[in-house]
Amino acid sequence: MRKHDFTYFFGEGVRNMFSHGFMSFAAVGITVACLVVMGTFSLVAYNAQVQLRQLESEYEILAFVDENCDEAQTAAVGRAIEQRENVKDCVFISKEAAIESFEEKYEGDELFQNLDPEILRDRYAVFVYDLNDAGETAQDIKDNVEGVAKVRVDEDIAGGFIALRNVAGVVCVALITILLLVSIFIISNTIKLTTFDRRDEIAIMKMVGATNGFIRWPFVYEGFMIGLLSAVLGFGFQWLLYESVAKSLMMSDRLQLLTIVDFTTIWQPVAAIFAAAGILIGVGGSLTAIRKFLHV
Amino acid sequence: MIRLSNVEKEYESGTAALRGISLRIEDGEFVFLVGPSGSGKSTIIKLLTGEITPTAGQIAVNGFSLTNIAERQIPLLRRSIGIIFQDFRLIEKKTVYENLSFAMRAVGASPREIKKRIPYVLELVGLEEKTDRYPNEISGGEQQRVAIARALINNPSTIIADEPTGNLDPARSLEIMRLLERINQLGTTMVVVTHEKDLVNQFKKRVITLDQGLITGDGDGVGYNAR
Repeated sequence: MRKHDFTYFFGEGVRNMFSHGFMSFAAVGITVACLVVMGTFSLVAYNAQVQLRQLESEYEILAFVDENCDEAQTAAVGRAIEQRENVKDCVFISKEAAIESFEEKYEGDELFQNLDPEILRDRYAVFVYDLNDAGETAQDIKDNVEGVAKVRVDEDIAGGFIALRNVAGVVCVALITILLLVSIFIISNTIKLTTFDRRDEIAIMKMVGATNGFIRWPFVYEGFMIGLLSAVLGFGFQWLLYESVAKSLMMSDRLQLLTIVDFTTIWQPVAAIFAAAGILIGVGGSLTAIRKFLHV
Repeated sequence: MIRLSNVEKEYESGTAALRGISLRIEDGEFVFLVGPSGSGKSTIIKLLTGEITPTAGQIAVNGFSLTNIAERQIPLLRRSIGIIFQDFRLIEKKTVYENLSFAMRAVGASPREIKKRIPYVLELVGLEEKTDRYPNEISGGEQQRVAIARALINNPSTIIADEPTGNLDPARSLEIMRLLERINQLGTTMVVVTHEKDLVNQFKKRVITLDQGLITGDGDGVGYNAR
Protein backbone atom coordinates (compact mmCIF):
# COMPACT_ATOMS: atom_id res chain seq x y z
CA MET A 1 0.00 0.00 0.00
CA ARG A 2 1.40 3.42 -0.98
CA LYS A 3 1.93 6.04 1.71
CA HIS A 4 -0.68 8.44 0.29
CA ASP A 5 -3.17 5.56 0.08
CA PHE A 6 -2.59 4.70 3.75
CA THR A 7 -3.00 8.36 4.75
CA TYR A 8 -6.19 8.57 2.70
CA PHE A 9 -7.71 5.33 4.05
CA PHE A 10 -6.83 6.20 7.62
CA GLY A 11 -8.16 9.76 7.21
CA GLU A 12 -11.38 8.48 5.64
CA GLY A 13 -11.79 5.94 8.45
CA VAL A 14 -11.42 8.64 11.11
CA ARG A 15 -13.66 11.07 9.21
CA ASN A 16 -16.35 8.43 8.72
CA MET A 17 -16.25 7.56 12.40
CA PHE A 18 -16.90 11.18 13.38
CA SER A 19 -19.27 12.07 10.55
CA HIS A 20 -21.53 9.17 11.57
CA GLY A 21 -21.15 10.10 15.23
CA PHE A 22 -24.31 8.57 16.62
CA MET A 23 -23.87 5.20 14.92
CA SER A 24 -20.20 5.10 15.92
CA PHE A 25 -21.26 5.88 19.48
CA ALA A 26 -23.83 3.06 19.30
CA ALA A 27 -21.25 0.62 17.90
CA VAL A 28 -18.71 1.57 20.60
CA GLY A 29 -21.37 1.30 23.32
CA ILE A 30 -22.49 -2.16 22.22
CA THR A 31 -18.92 -3.39 21.78
CA VAL A 32 -17.98 -2.13 25.26
CA ALA A 33 -21.04 -3.87 26.72
CA CYS A 34 -20.16 -7.15 24.94
CA LEU A 35 -16.53 -6.95 26.00
CA VAL A 36 -17.42 -6.26 29.63
CA VAL A 37 -19.93 -9.14 29.69
CA MET A 38 -17.35 -11.49 28.14
CA GLY A 39 -14.59 -10.11 30.35
CA THR A 40 -16.62 -10.47 33.53
CA PHE A 41 -17.52 -14.04 32.69
CA SER A 42 -13.94 -14.90 31.79
CA LEU A 43 -12.57 -13.34 34.99
CA VAL A 44 -15.12 -15.19 37.12
CA ALA A 45 -14.16 -18.41 35.34
CA TYR A 46 -10.45 -17.62 35.79
CA ASN A 47 -10.92 -16.97 39.50
CA ALA A 48 -12.89 -20.21 39.82
CA GLN A 49 -10.01 -22.06 38.13
CA VAL A 50 -7.48 -20.44 40.47
CA GLN A 51 -9.65 -21.34 43.45
CA LEU A 52 -9.96 -24.89 42.18
CA ARG A 53 -6.21 -25.16 41.55
CA GLN A 54 -5.58 -23.95 45.08
CA LEU A 55 -7.96 -26.54 46.49
CA GLU A 56 -6.28 -29.17 44.32
CA SER A 57 -2.87 -28.14 45.58
CA GLU A 58 -4.08 -28.72 49.13
CA TYR A 59 -5.25 -32.22 48.26
CA GLU A 60 -2.98 -34.76 49.94
CA ILE A 61 -2.26 -38.47 50.02
CA LEU A 62 -1.25 -39.75 53.45
CA ALA A 63 1.52 -42.38 53.57
CA PHE A 64 1.78 -43.94 57.05
CA VAL A 65 5.23 -45.13 58.13
CA ASP A 66 5.54 -48.56 59.69
CA GLU A 67 5.86 -48.19 63.47
CA ASN A 68 8.90 -50.50 63.46
CA CYS A 69 10.95 -48.04 61.39
CA ASP A 70 13.61 -46.05 63.19
CA GLU A 71 14.41 -42.40 62.49
CA ALA A 72 16.83 -43.14 59.62
CA GLN A 73 14.42 -45.57 57.96
CA THR A 74 11.58 -43.02 58.29
CA ALA A 75 13.73 -40.37 56.59
CA ALA A 76 14.56 -42.89 53.83
CA VAL A 77 10.81 -43.44 53.28
CA GLY A 78 10.45 -39.67 52.75
CA ARG A 79 13.29 -39.58 50.21
CA ALA A 80 11.85 -42.57 48.34
CA ILE A 81 8.41 -40.93 48.15
CA GLU A 82 9.90 -37.67 46.87
CA GLN A 83 11.47 -39.53 43.96
CA ARG A 84 8.10 -40.73 42.61
CA GLU A 85 7.32 -39.09 39.28
CA ASN A 86 3.98 -37.44 40.14
CA VAL A 87 5.05 -36.23 43.60
CA LYS A 88 5.33 -32.46 43.91
CA ASP A 89 6.04 -32.28 47.63
CA CYS A 90 6.24 -34.55 50.61
CA VAL A 91 5.90 -33.24 54.19
CA PHE A 92 6.73 -35.27 57.27
CA ILE A 93 4.17 -35.25 60.08
CA SER A 94 5.29 -36.86 63.32
CA LYS A 95 2.80 -38.83 65.39
CA GLU A 96 3.08 -36.06 68.06
CA ALA A 97 2.14 -33.39 65.53
CA ALA A 98 -0.64 -35.61 64.23
CA ILE A 99 -2.13 -36.13 67.69
CA GLU A 100 -1.90 -32.40 68.37
CA SER A 101 -3.75 -31.65 65.19
CA PHE A 102 -6.32 -34.35 66.00
CA GLU A 103 -6.92 -32.88 69.46
CA GLU A 104 -7.24 -29.39 68.01
CA LYS A 105 -9.85 -30.68 65.62
CA TYR A 106 -11.91 -32.11 68.48
CA GLU A 107 -11.21 -29.32 70.94
CA GLY A 108 -13.80 -29.27 73.71
CA ASP A 109 -14.51 -32.99 73.42
CA GLU A 110 -13.04 -34.61 76.49
CA LEU A 111 -13.04 -38.04 74.86
CA PHE A 112 -10.40 -36.99 72.30
CA GLN A 113 -8.06 -35.06 74.57
CA ASN A 114 -4.76 -36.10 76.20
CA LEU A 115 -4.29 -39.08 73.91
CA ASP A 116 -1.07 -41.09 73.74
CA PRO A 117 0.83 -40.29 70.52
CA GLU A 118 1.85 -43.94 70.26
CA ILE A 119 -1.63 -44.83 69.06
CA LEU A 120 -0.84 -43.02 65.80
CA ARG A 121 1.89 -43.57 63.18
CA ASP A 122 4.34 -41.09 61.71
CA ARG A 123 3.12 -40.10 58.25
CA TYR A 124 3.99 -38.19 55.13
CA ALA A 125 1.53 -35.80 53.50
CA VAL A 126 2.16 -36.28 49.78
CA PHE A 127 1.15 -33.58 47.27
CA VAL A 128 0.91 -34.53 43.61
CA TYR A 129 1.24 -32.67 40.29
CA ASP A 130 -1.61 -34.42 38.49
CA LEU A 131 -4.73 -35.36 40.39
CA ASN A 132 -5.73 -37.73 37.58
CA ASP A 133 -2.89 -40.03 38.64
CA ALA A 134 -3.37 -39.68 42.42
CA GLY A 135 -4.68 -43.27 42.76
CA GLU A 136 -1.78 -44.74 40.78
CA THR A 137 0.76 -42.71 42.74
CA ALA A 138 -0.72 -43.93 46.02
CA GLN A 139 -0.60 -47.52 44.80
CA ASP A 140 2.99 -47.06 43.65
CA ILE A 141 4.02 -45.71 47.09
CA LYS A 142 2.25 -48.55 48.84
CA ASP A 143 3.76 -51.26 46.62
CA ASN A 144 7.26 -49.95 46.06
CA VAL A 145 8.34 -47.83 49.01
CA GLU A 146 9.75 -49.93 51.78
CA GLY A 147 8.57 -48.91 55.27
CA VAL A 148 5.14 -47.67 54.20
CA ALA A 149 2.49 -49.48 56.23
CA LYS A 150 -0.59 -47.94 54.69
CA VAL A 151 -1.63 -45.28 52.21
CA ARG A 152 -4.80 -43.23 52.43
CA VAL A 153 -6.09 -41.62 49.29
CA ASP A 154 -9.53 -40.22 48.73
CA GLU A 155 -10.05 -40.89 45.03
CA ASP A 156 -13.63 -39.60 45.10
CA ILE A 157 -12.47 -36.14 46.10
CA ALA A 158 -9.72 -36.21 43.44
CA GLY A 159 -12.27 -37.37 40.86
CA GLY A 160 -14.63 -34.60 41.96
CA PHE A 161 -11.96 -31.97 41.46
CA ILE A 162 -11.11 -33.34 38.02
CA ALA A 163 -14.74 -33.47 36.91
CA LEU A 164 -15.39 -29.95 38.22
CA ARG A 165 -12.32 -28.60 36.43
CA ASN A 166 -13.23 -30.30 33.14
CA VAL A 167 -16.85 -29.18 33.24
CA ALA A 168 -15.86 -25.64 34.20
CA GLY A 169 -13.37 -25.58 31.29
CA VAL A 170 -15.87 -26.78 28.70
CA VAL A 171 -18.67 -24.49 29.93
CA CYS A 172 -16.26 -21.58 30.01
CA VAL A 173 -15.01 -22.10 26.44
CA ALA A 174 -18.55 -22.71 25.13
CA LEU A 175 -20.03 -19.61 26.77
CA ILE A 176 -17.16 -17.35 25.70
CA THR A 177 -17.45 -18.61 22.11
CA ILE A 178 -21.21 -18.01 22.10
CA LEU A 179 -20.77 -14.53 23.58
CA LEU A 180 -18.08 -13.70 21.02
CA LEU A 181 -20.29 -14.81 18.11
CA VAL A 182 -23.29 -12.93 19.50
CA SER A 183 -21.10 -9.84 19.88
CA ILE A 184 -19.86 -10.04 16.28
CA PHE A 185 -23.46 -10.46 15.10
CA ILE A 186 -24.66 -7.44 17.09
CA ILE A 187 -21.71 -5.27 16.02
CA SER A 188 -22.08 -6.40 12.42
CA ASN A 189 -25.72 -5.34 12.46
CA THR A 190 -24.91 -2.02 14.09
CA ILE A 191 -22.19 -1.30 11.51
CA LYS A 192 -24.55 -2.53 8.78
CA LEU A 193 -26.89 0.31 9.77
CA THR A 194 -24.05 2.82 9.44
CA THR A 195 -23.06 1.25 6.13
CA PHE A 196 -26.63 1.31 4.88
CA ASP A 197 -26.45 5.05 5.36
CA ARG A 198 -23.44 5.06 3.03
CA ARG A 199 -24.59 2.65 0.35
CA ASP A 200 -24.78 5.54 -2.15
CA GLU A 201 -21.17 6.40 -1.45
CA ILE A 202 -20.18 2.78 -2.03
CA ALA A 203 -22.28 2.63 -5.22
CA ILE A 204 -20.55 5.79 -6.53
CA MET A 205 -17.14 4.33 -5.75
CA LYS A 206 -18.07 1.14 -7.59
CA MET A 207 -19.42 3.17 -10.49
CA VAL A 208 -16.19 5.11 -11.01
CA GLY A 209 -14.17 1.90 -10.95
CA ALA A 210 -12.97 1.50 -7.37
CA THR A 211 -11.89 -2.02 -6.49
CA ASN A 212 -13.53 -3.84 -3.58
CA GLY A 213 -10.22 -3.65 -1.72
CA PHE A 214 -10.14 0.14 -2.03
CA ILE A 215 -13.71 0.40 -0.73
CA ARG A 216 -13.03 -1.92 2.18
CA TRP A 217 -9.94 -0.24 3.62
CA PRO A 218 -11.60 2.84 5.18
CA PHE A 219 -14.18 0.50 6.76
CA VAL A 220 -11.38 -1.71 8.09
CA TYR A 221 -9.71 1.31 9.73
CA GLU A 222 -13.03 2.54 11.05
CA GLY A 223 -13.81 -0.89 12.52
CA PHE A 224 -10.28 -1.08 13.90
CA MET A 225 -10.63 2.25 15.67
CA ILE A 226 -14.12 1.51 16.96
CA GLY A 227 -12.80 -1.83 18.26
CA LEU A 228 -9.71 -0.31 19.86
CA LEU A 229 -11.63 2.55 21.46
CA SER A 230 -14.18 0.04 22.78
CA ALA A 231 -11.36 -2.14 24.12
CA VAL A 232 -9.79 0.79 26.01
CA LEU A 233 -13.14 1.89 27.49
CA GLY A 234 -14.22 -1.69 28.18
CA PHE A 235 -10.92 -2.46 29.91
CA GLY A 236 -11.32 0.62 32.14
CA PHE A 237 -14.89 -0.38 33.09
CA GLN A 238 -13.79 -3.97 33.67
CA TRP A 239 -11.00 -2.88 36.00
CA LEU A 240 -13.33 -0.67 38.03
CA LEU A 241 -16.00 -3.38 38.18
CA TYR A 242 -13.49 -6.06 39.18
CA GLU A 243 -11.92 -3.92 41.91
CA SER A 244 -15.28 -2.96 43.40
CA VAL A 245 -16.59 -6.56 43.39
CA ALA A 246 -13.29 -7.86 44.81
CA LYS A 247 -13.41 -5.23 47.56
CA SER A 248 -16.98 -6.17 48.54
CA LEU A 249 -16.06 -9.87 48.61
CA MET A 250 -13.03 -9.21 50.78
CA MET A 251 -15.16 -7.22 53.19
CA SER A 252 -17.76 -9.98 53.47
CA ASP A 253 -17.29 -12.21 56.54
CA ARG A 254 -18.58 -15.32 54.84
CA LEU A 255 -16.57 -15.02 51.65
CA GLN A 256 -13.19 -14.15 53.10
CA LEU A 257 -11.95 -17.68 52.41
CA LEU A 258 -12.25 -17.04 48.65
CA THR A 259 -9.02 -16.13 46.94
CA ILE A 260 -9.61 -13.23 44.54
CA VAL A 261 -6.82 -12.75 42.02
CA ASP A 262 -5.32 -9.27 42.28
CA PHE A 263 -6.15 -7.40 39.05
CA THR A 264 -2.71 -5.77 38.93
CA THR A 265 -1.18 -9.22 38.44
CA ILE A 266 -3.32 -10.00 35.38
CA TRP A 267 -3.98 -6.59 33.77
CA GLN A 268 -1.53 -7.11 30.91
CA PRO A 269 -3.03 -10.32 29.47
CA VAL A 270 -6.54 -8.94 30.14
CA ALA A 271 -5.65 -5.73 28.25
CA ALA A 272 -4.17 -7.73 25.36
CA ILE A 273 -7.28 -9.95 25.17
CA PHE A 274 -9.59 -6.91 25.29
CA ALA A 275 -7.60 -5.23 22.50
CA ALA A 276 -7.58 -8.38 20.35
CA ALA A 277 -11.29 -9.10 20.93
CA GLY A 278 -12.25 -5.44 20.34
CA ILE A 279 -10.31 -5.26 17.08
CA LEU A 280 -11.63 -8.65 15.96
CA ILE A 281 -15.21 -7.58 16.68
CA GLY A 282 -14.75 -4.13 15.09
CA VAL A 283 -12.95 -5.21 11.91
CA GLY A 284 -14.94 -8.47 11.57
CA GLY A 285 -18.20 -6.58 12.05
CA SER A 286 -17.21 -3.94 9.47
CA LEU A 287 -16.18 -6.46 6.83
CA THR A 288 -19.31 -8.56 7.35
CA ALA A 289 -21.49 -5.46 7.15
CA ILE A 290 -20.17 -4.06 3.85
CA ARG A 291 -19.99 -7.40 2.07
CA LYS A 292 -23.46 -7.21 0.57
CA PHE A 293 -23.01 -3.63 -0.64
CA LEU A 294 -19.97 -4.57 -2.69
CA HIS A 295 -21.93 -6.69 -5.14
CA VAL A 296 -22.94 -3.83 -7.47
CA MET B 1 -16.01 1.26 -29.30
CA ILE B 2 -19.26 -0.32 -28.14
CA ARG B 3 -20.61 -3.39 -29.90
CA LEU B 4 -23.71 -5.44 -29.09
CA SER B 5 -24.42 -8.54 -31.13
CA ASN B 6 -27.78 -10.36 -30.85
CA VAL B 7 -28.03 -9.41 -27.18
CA GLU B 8 -30.91 -10.80 -25.16
CA LYS B 9 -31.68 -10.16 -21.54
CA GLU B 10 -34.33 -11.90 -19.54
CA TYR B 11 -34.61 -11.09 -15.83
CA GLU B 12 -35.30 -13.72 -13.17
CA SER B 13 -38.89 -12.46 -13.00
CA GLY B 14 -39.29 -13.67 -16.59
CA THR B 15 -39.39 -10.16 -18.13
CA ALA B 16 -37.65 -10.11 -21.51
CA ALA B 17 -35.99 -6.65 -21.46
CA LEU B 18 -33.95 -7.08 -24.64
CA ARG B 19 -34.89 -9.43 -27.45
CA GLY B 20 -31.87 -9.84 -29.68
CA ILE B 21 -30.47 -6.39 -30.41
CA SER B 22 -27.30 -5.56 -32.33
CA LEU B 23 -25.64 -2.16 -32.56
CA ARG B 24 -22.25 -0.59 -33.00
CA ILE B 25 -21.08 2.78 -31.68
CA GLU B 26 -17.72 4.00 -32.96
CA ASP B 27 -15.14 5.89 -30.89
CA GLY B 28 -15.92 9.61 -30.75
CA GLU B 29 -19.58 9.24 -31.77
CA PHE B 30 -22.49 11.11 -30.14
CA VAL B 31 -25.55 8.87 -29.92
CA PHE B 32 -29.01 9.38 -28.46
CA LEU B 33 -30.63 6.22 -27.15
CA VAL B 34 -34.34 6.89 -27.01
CA GLY B 35 -37.51 4.99 -26.30
CA PRO B 36 -40.50 4.83 -23.96
CA SER B 37 -40.35 3.44 -20.43
CA GLY B 38 -39.74 -0.31 -20.42
CA SER B 39 -38.16 -0.26 -23.88
CA GLY B 40 -34.84 -1.60 -22.55
CA LYS B 41 -32.73 1.60 -22.26
CA SER B 42 -31.79 1.08 -18.60
CA THR B 43 -31.02 -2.57 -19.26
CA ILE B 44 -28.52 -1.52 -21.95
CA ILE B 45 -26.80 0.85 -19.50
CA LYS B 46 -26.57 -1.89 -16.87
CA LEU B 47 -25.12 -4.26 -19.44
CA LEU B 48 -22.57 -1.72 -20.66
CA THR B 49 -21.35 -1.00 -17.10
CA GLY B 50 -21.06 -4.67 -16.16
CA GLU B 51 -23.81 -4.45 -13.55
CA ILE B 52 -25.64 -7.36 -15.17
CA THR B 53 -24.71 -9.95 -17.81
CA PRO B 54 -26.68 -10.77 -20.96
CA THR B 55 -28.76 -13.93 -21.21
CA ALA B 56 -27.48 -14.39 -24.78
CA GLY B 57 -25.32 -12.56 -27.30
CA GLN B 58 -21.98 -10.74 -27.24
CA ILE B 59 -21.07 -7.33 -25.81
CA ALA B 60 -17.76 -5.50 -26.17
CA VAL B 61 -17.03 -2.11 -24.58
CA ASN B 62 -13.73 -0.23 -24.95
CA GLY B 63 -11.85 -3.47 -25.56
CA PHE B 64 -13.53 -5.48 -22.77
CA SER B 65 -15.66 -8.47 -23.68
CA LEU B 66 -18.54 -8.37 -21.21
CA THR B 67 -20.04 -11.75 -22.02
CA ASN B 68 -17.85 -13.52 -19.50
CA ILE B 69 -15.82 -10.74 -17.91
CA ALA B 70 -13.93 -11.63 -14.72
CA GLU B 71 -15.08 -9.76 -11.62
CA ARG B 72 -11.64 -8.20 -11.12
CA GLN B 73 -11.83 -6.69 -14.64
CA ILE B 74 -15.06 -4.80 -13.94
CA PRO B 75 -13.39 -1.87 -12.09
CA LEU B 76 -11.05 -1.47 -15.09
CA LEU B 77 -14.02 -1.45 -17.48
CA ARG B 78 -15.78 1.18 -15.35
CA ARG B 79 -12.70 3.40 -15.34
CA SER B 80 -13.03 3.61 -19.13
CA ILE B 81 -16.65 4.81 -18.80
CA GLY B 82 -18.02 7.92 -17.12
CA ILE B 83 -21.63 7.68 -15.98
CA ILE B 84 -24.07 10.54 -15.44
CA PHE B 85 -27.43 9.98 -13.74
CA GLN B 86 -30.69 11.89 -13.75
CA ASP B 87 -30.53 12.37 -9.95
CA PHE B 88 -26.85 13.45 -10.03
CA ARG B 89 -25.84 11.05 -7.21
CA LEU B 90 -23.44 13.44 -5.53
CA ILE B 91 -22.25 12.86 -1.97
CA GLU B 92 -24.08 15.48 0.06
CA LYS B 93 -21.47 15.62 2.82
CA LYS B 94 -18.65 16.41 0.42
CA THR B 95 -17.90 19.69 -1.36
CA VAL B 96 -17.73 19.94 -5.16
CA TYR B 97 -13.95 19.54 -4.97
CA GLU B 98 -14.22 16.56 -2.59
CA ASN B 99 -16.80 14.83 -4.79
CA LEU B 100 -14.31 14.96 -7.64
CA SER B 101 -11.22 14.07 -5.60
CA PHE B 102 -13.19 11.14 -4.13
CA ALA B 103 -13.76 9.78 -7.66
CA MET B 104 -10.07 10.20 -8.52
CA ARG B 105 -8.94 8.64 -5.24
CA ALA B 106 -11.17 5.66 -5.94
CA VAL B 107 -9.05 4.79 -8.96
CA GLY B 108 -5.75 5.31 -7.14
CA ALA B 109 -4.79 8.83 -8.33
CA SER B 110 -2.09 10.58 -6.30
CA PRO B 111 -2.73 13.91 -4.49
CA ARG B 112 -0.55 15.67 -7.07
CA GLU B 113 -2.60 14.29 -10.01
CA ILE B 114 -5.80 15.30 -8.23
CA LYS B 115 -4.63 18.88 -7.65
CA LYS B 116 -3.69 19.21 -11.29
CA ARG B 117 -6.78 17.61 -12.86
CA ILE B 118 -9.70 19.02 -10.84
CA PRO B 119 -9.24 22.75 -11.71
CA TYR B 120 -9.00 21.83 -15.41
CA VAL B 121 -12.24 19.80 -15.38
CA LEU B 122 -14.10 22.35 -13.24
CA GLU B 123 -13.17 25.04 -15.72
CA LEU B 124 -14.37 22.85 -18.57
CA VAL B 125 -17.83 22.54 -16.99
CA GLY B 126 -17.86 26.19 -15.84
CA LEU B 127 -17.75 25.59 -12.09
CA GLU B 128 -14.33 26.91 -11.17
CA GLU B 129 -15.96 29.35 -8.72
CA LYS B 130 -17.92 26.67 -6.85
CA THR B 131 -15.20 24.33 -5.63
CA ASP B 132 -15.94 24.72 -1.91
CA ARG B 133 -19.73 24.56 -2.16
CA TYR B 134 -21.76 21.59 -0.99
CA PRO B 135 -24.29 20.05 -3.43
CA ASN B 136 -27.26 21.53 -1.56
CA GLU B 137 -25.73 25.01 -1.93
CA ILE B 138 -25.81 24.98 -5.75
CA SER B 139 -28.61 24.76 -8.34
CA GLY B 140 -29.82 21.57 -10.05
CA GLY B 141 -28.06 22.52 -13.28
CA GLU B 142 -24.84 23.11 -11.39
CA GLN B 143 -25.21 19.80 -9.58
CA GLN B 144 -25.53 18.07 -12.93
CA ARG B 145 -22.38 19.88 -14.10
CA VAL B 146 -20.57 18.50 -11.04
CA ALA B 147 -21.84 15.04 -12.00
CA ILE B 148 -20.54 15.58 -15.54
CA ALA B 149 -17.20 16.76 -14.12
CA ARG B 150 -17.06 13.62 -11.99
CA ALA B 151 -17.81 11.45 -15.04
CA LEU B 152 -14.98 13.22 -16.90
CA ILE B 153 -12.48 13.39 -14.08
CA ASN B 154 -10.77 10.07 -14.77
CA ASN B 155 -10.56 10.84 -18.48
CA PRO B 156 -12.83 8.02 -19.73
CA SER B 157 -13.09 7.22 -23.41
CA THR B 158 -16.90 6.91 -23.18
CA ILE B 159 -19.56 8.76 -21.23
CA ILE B 160 -23.00 7.28 -20.69
CA ALA B 161 -25.60 9.78 -19.56
CA ASP B 162 -28.83 8.30 -18.22
CA GLU B 163 -31.60 10.93 -18.54
CA PRO B 164 -29.12 13.70 -17.67
CA THR B 165 -31.72 16.45 -18.07
CA GLY B 166 -34.64 14.65 -16.45
CA ASN B 167 -34.58 16.90 -13.34
CA LEU B 168 -33.85 20.19 -15.11
CA ASP B 169 -35.88 22.94 -16.76
CA PRO B 170 -35.66 23.34 -20.58
CA ALA B 171 -33.05 26.14 -20.48
CA ARG B 172 -30.74 24.19 -18.12
CA SER B 173 -31.35 21.02 -20.13
CA LEU B 174 -30.14 22.72 -23.28
CA GLU B 175 -27.03 24.02 -21.47
CA ILE B 176 -26.21 20.54 -20.22
CA MET B 177 -26.72 18.99 -23.64
CA ARG B 178 -24.44 21.62 -25.24
CA LEU B 179 -21.82 20.86 -22.61
CA LEU B 180 -22.04 17.15 -23.45
CA GLU B 181 -21.72 18.02 -27.12
CA ARG B 182 -18.58 20.07 -26.38
CA ILE B 183 -17.07 17.20 -24.40
CA ASN B 184 -17.84 14.90 -27.33
CA GLN B 185 -16.04 17.29 -29.66
CA LEU B 186 -12.94 16.81 -27.48
CA GLY B 187 -13.00 13.14 -28.48
CA THR B 188 -15.10 11.36 -25.83
CA THR B 189 -17.74 8.90 -27.09
CA MET B 190 -21.13 10.06 -25.79
CA VAL B 191 -24.20 7.87 -25.29
CA VAL B 192 -27.17 9.89 -24.02
CA VAL B 193 -30.25 8.01 -22.90
CA THR B 194 -33.32 10.21 -22.91
CA HIS B 195 -36.97 10.39 -23.76
CA GLU B 196 -37.05 14.16 -24.31
CA LYS B 197 -38.14 14.43 -27.94
CA ASP B 198 -37.71 18.20 -28.27
CA LEU B 199 -34.19 18.15 -26.93
CA VAL B 200 -33.13 15.28 -29.19
CA ASN B 201 -34.55 17.04 -32.22
CA GLN B 202 -32.49 20.18 -31.56
CA PHE B 203 -29.29 18.21 -32.15
CA LYS B 204 -28.62 16.54 -35.45
CA LYS B 205 -27.08 13.40 -34.02
CA ARG B 206 -27.45 9.69 -34.47
CA VAL B 207 -30.61 8.44 -32.75
CA ILE B 208 -31.17 4.78 -31.83
CA THR B 209 -34.80 4.08 -30.97
CA LEU B 210 -35.77 1.18 -28.75
CA ASP B 211 -39.21 -0.28 -28.21
CA GLN B 212 -40.15 -3.40 -26.25
CA GLY B 213 -36.60 -4.68 -26.25
CA LEU B 214 -35.99 -4.20 -29.97
CA ILE B 215 -34.26 -1.51 -32.05
CA THR B 216 -36.95 0.13 -34.14
CA GLY B 217 -34.89 2.95 -35.62
CA ASP B 218 -31.25 3.92 -36.09
CA GLY B 219 -29.96 6.84 -38.14
CA ASP B 220 -28.10 10.15 -38.24
CA GLY B 221 -30.19 13.23 -37.61
CA VAL B 222 -33.43 11.31 -38.04
CA GLY B 223 -34.96 12.87 -34.95
CA TYR B 224 -37.16 11.18 -32.41
CA ASN B 225 -40.86 10.64 -33.00
CA ALA B 226 -42.11 9.51 -29.63
CA ARG B 227 -45.52 7.97 -29.53
